[in-house]
Parts: sequence; structure tokens; C-alpha cells
Amino acid sequence: MSNEKSANAMSRQWLMLFAVWAIATIATLSSLFFSEIVKLPVCSLCWYQRIAIYPLVLIMPLALFPLDKKVIAYAGILTLFGWLVALFHVLLVAGIIPKAAQPCVQDIPCSETHLNLFGFLNMPMMSLLTFTLMAVLLFLAKNRDSEESM
Amino acid sequence: MMNKKTLFIGFTVMLVGIFAIATVFYQNLQSLNQSAVSNEQLTQLLRQGAPSKGDDNAKVTIVEFLDPACETCKVFFPFVNKLMAKYPGKIKLMVRYAPLHKNSDKVVRLLEAAHLQGQFWPALEVLFAKQQEWTLHHVSQPQIAKQLLSALNLDQEMFAKDVLGQKVSQALNDDLAAVKSLQVRATPEFFVNGRKMQTFGYQQLQQLIEQEIAKHY
Repeated sequence: MSNEKSANAMSRQWLMLFAVWAIATIATLSSLFFSEIVKLPVCSLCWYQRIAIYPLVLIMPLALFPLDKKVIAYAGILTLFGWLVALFHVLLVAGIIPKAAQPCVQDIPCSETHLNLFGFLNMPMMSLLTFTLMAVLLFLAKNRDSEESM
Repeated sequence: MMNKKTLFIGFTVMLVGIFAIATVFYQNLQSLNQSAVSNEQLTQLLRQGAPSKGDDNAKVTIVEFLDPACETCKVFFPFVNKLMAKYPGKIKLMVRYAPLHKNSDKVVRLLEAAHLQGQFWPALEVLFAKQQEWTLHHVSQPQIAKQLLSALNLDQEMFAKDVLGQKVSQALNDDLAAVKSLQVRATPEFFVNGRKMQTFGYQQLQQLIEQEIAKHY
């Protein structure tokens, strides 16, 4: 009976992890849209951020059916890695980190951005916000875990 | 109450659907614009004095952005020549530089200096023919390229001076600016009467050229 209940009831924790999956999938499809359809060039820092986000699209569903809390650790480390790269990228574009420090090929400089919404929301900034949101959700999901098990 | 699986599958279908619709929408938008270049960019497409051949009165102008170190450019070169021979007097070809390979800008300087002495086409042919000798792992070796060009009938003293001179720098900078504003990201990139080739290939180029010939002749 209790098994059946946990299989169908959408706990808050489940919803948070579902949201992480949804965000990762939206980010994945958006990035593929811009590089494969619009044909914007992808710089190497963008690739590192993609490496952090693409696996989540496949890993998260495995942990949602049935709910496997260990995924918080797996997704957490990927999110942290992506977040750090995104932060580096944002600082690079903003000019706070000098250009020479960038690990980029000459053809596609990371310090250049091709999309700008509302004057501040460029691609690296969107990436940073995405990773931040996912990190917050994972953190909340982890805390809820300790509450619920108490 | 909504089932978890329904939620998951519903969301997946929705996202994939949005992706598909956005793709179709974007591609329609693109084909509406038919790759036409904006007026402002159009003025950047042609450079006065850039190497060119074909009849000056030709109504079809191909602008080819190339890198002498680019293997595909080398392979495409005879194809463009063949098309020009097929429609005598109807096509004009202008070459502009897009030195995307490492050190290619230095080889472009050699080419442009040869151009100042009217030797652009022979120089390009030599560089293409012996491309493997002066490119190592996609990195241009300007010293070797220079040696190969010494076989041409050039005033060597003037050549050496021109390579580093103001005229060559100006041409190179103009072309680099055009590469940027016209968003040339790969070579060879062709513009036929201001229309950018949409997808890459022999057929596509031939089609684009024949469309323009049909329009103007």
C-alpha cells in the first residue's frame, strides 16, 4: 500500500527533480536550436557547459521512475561544474577576466556573444542563470530529503 | 490527480513539438529572406582592386572567400573555372581572402603582393598545386610558400617590400572586416550576385549560378 502511494503521489522532492530535468531539457534543446538550426558558432567554453547539462536529460528520468535520491549527488556535481564554467564565461564576456586567459581557438572567441536580450541577457548569462536555478532546486531537494526522513 | 508518467511524457512531447515548430518557422523565415544580404553588407561584398577574372560586363558576379591553405578551396577551384568556361562572358569571379587557418594571413600577404604585380592567378595556382608542401597539420608555413612563389616571374625586391607594405595590409584588413560582417565562417564561401550559398556543395553553387544566369540573360 505505501509503495503504491509513493509511486503515484508527487512529492515536492519529486517535483523539484522533475523541474531540474525540465530545465536541463529546455536548455539542451535551445542550445541545439541555436547551433544546429540557426548555425551560431559554438565556442569551447560553451562546449564545456554543454557537457555538464546534456547528460542530465537522460540521467534525471532514470532517477524519477522510481524516485532515486542518489541522483542529487550525480546531478549536483555536473551542475556545479557547469556553473563554474558559466561563471568564468560571464566574467570573460564582461571583461573582468582578461582575454588572454581564455582557452579558446582563434576562430570562435568566447568573449564574443551573438545573442542579447534586454541588454544584459546574453548566452553565457542565461547559462549561468540556468545552472544557478538547477543548483538551488537540487539543494532544496536534498534538504527536503533530510526533513522527510526525520 | 495527474500521473507522474503523464506529466513526464506530456512535457517531453511538448518540448519536442516546440523544437520542431521553431525549426520549421525559422527555416521558412530564412528561405523568405532567400539569403539576401542587406544593402549595407552588399557594399562590403566587393572590394575595389580585389583579384578578379572574367568579363567586366558579365551580369553574374561570384565573390569567393577563400583561404589558400583550405583543401576544399583547392578542390573547388577547377569546378568554378569549368563553370566560367561553360558560360563564357557571363560570369565574373572576384576572390577575397578569409584566412581562417593559422598563419594563413601571412600567405595571403604573399598572394596580394603577387597580385600587385599582376601575378595573382599564377600564384594561387602554384599554392593550390603544392598545398601539401607548405601546410603542415593545417598550419600554413609562409616561408615555404614564399620559396614556391619565387618560381614566378616577379620583381623580387618589390615583392619583398610589398608583402609587408601598407597596400597589402589595407587589402587584408578590408577582407577581414568583410569576413566578419558577412559572417563568413568557413571557406570557400560563395556569394552569387549578393546571394549567399545556403548549403554547401557543387550542385548548390551551380544551381545558384544558373538561376542568376537565367534571370539576367
